[in-house]
Amino acid sequence: MSTDTRAAHADDHHHGDSHAHGTFSTYMLGFVLSVVLTAIPFWLVMSGALPSKQITALVIMVFAVVQIVVHMIYFLHMNTASENGWTMMALIFTIVMVVIALSGSLWVMSHLNSNMMPMHEMTGMK
Amino acid sequence: MTVAVQSTQSGEPVFYLADEHPHPEGYSTSLGFWIYLMSDCLIFAILFATFGVLGGNYAAGPAPKDLFDLNLVAVNTSMLLLSSITYGFAMLTMQQNKVAQTQVWLAITGLFGLAFIGIELTEFAHMIHEGATPQRSAFLSAFFTLVGTHGLHVSCGLIWLVTLMVQVQKFGLIEANRRRLMCLSMFWHFLDVVWIGVFTFVYLLGVLR
Repeated sequence: MSTDTRAAHADDHHHGDSHAHGTFSTYMLGFVLSVVLTAIPFWLVMSGALPSKQITALVIMVFAVVQIVVHMIYFLHMNTASENGWTMMALIFTIVMVVIALSGSLWVMSHLNSNMMPMHEMTGMK
Repeated sequence: MTVAVQSTQSGEPVFYLADEHPHPEGYSTSLGFWIYLMSDCLIFAILFATFGVLGGNYAAGPAPKDLFDLNLVAVNTSMLLLSSITYGFAMLTMQQNKVAQTQVWLAITGLFGLAFIGIELTEFAHMIHEGATPQRSAFLSAFFTLVGTHGLHVSCGLIWLVTLMVQVQKFGLIEANRRRLMCLSMFWHFLDVVWIGVFTFVYLLGVLR
């Protein structure tokens, strides 16, 4: 390998600046969106505007997910291109792990809870 | 990463690099820090799962409805949200190489963070004063662990913020300091993302329950 190709090679691997930067307008847009996405769920719960608790719970969870995506894009500058896509790969892997851990725990433990014999019945079984 | 297949002088293809090519200092810091944040994310996921499982076990003690003051939580949330945007402004002024303005925005961010921690500690003190200690019920153990871990992260972020302000004061916005400020920016915004989960699943759903 000659020194010429080496220099060209080093240039190809200019990793340093591959992450995205925000601008004033993207930061402000992200901020306004998050204020709205925070205020609505608080208002829904505090005023009880929706008819049932189940619907309110579902709606505020949807707002949380949307706000997390807004933060990821406008504050954490997530995109598929940064670090040659490796940040996105790490994020997808983490989301998969989080979903397995959360849904698995809740599912298994709720089954355990409903299948477990209550304490007072167990003491009578001697 | 596109690694072109290179060939030796005799024309045989070479599929690997014989020796590591030089990298600029800190070129992989942001990716490494991102992977740290993802592992931190797993810690919080487990704490959320624990809270999800135990969150309804009050042991005849106080329930979220009796304990949480949503007005206070709303104020706290806005503190963290405001600190996120002011950190964003610090990053923008950093990119324009304005040292003094960057320091001002960092200081404002720190004050909002301090307000957040202050309000949270007041809330904790109030709860403990009413007998809602972590020992009281499984719900309260899970609550204090989850929210406390987040608060601890924010406190560490504050210490880091002050450290970086001293660094910037001493050495200016050199390349290393820019890199550090960028890492803290990711950390700070990440904590805001975790807080979205906390106020939704712990406070709002808790009061709804």
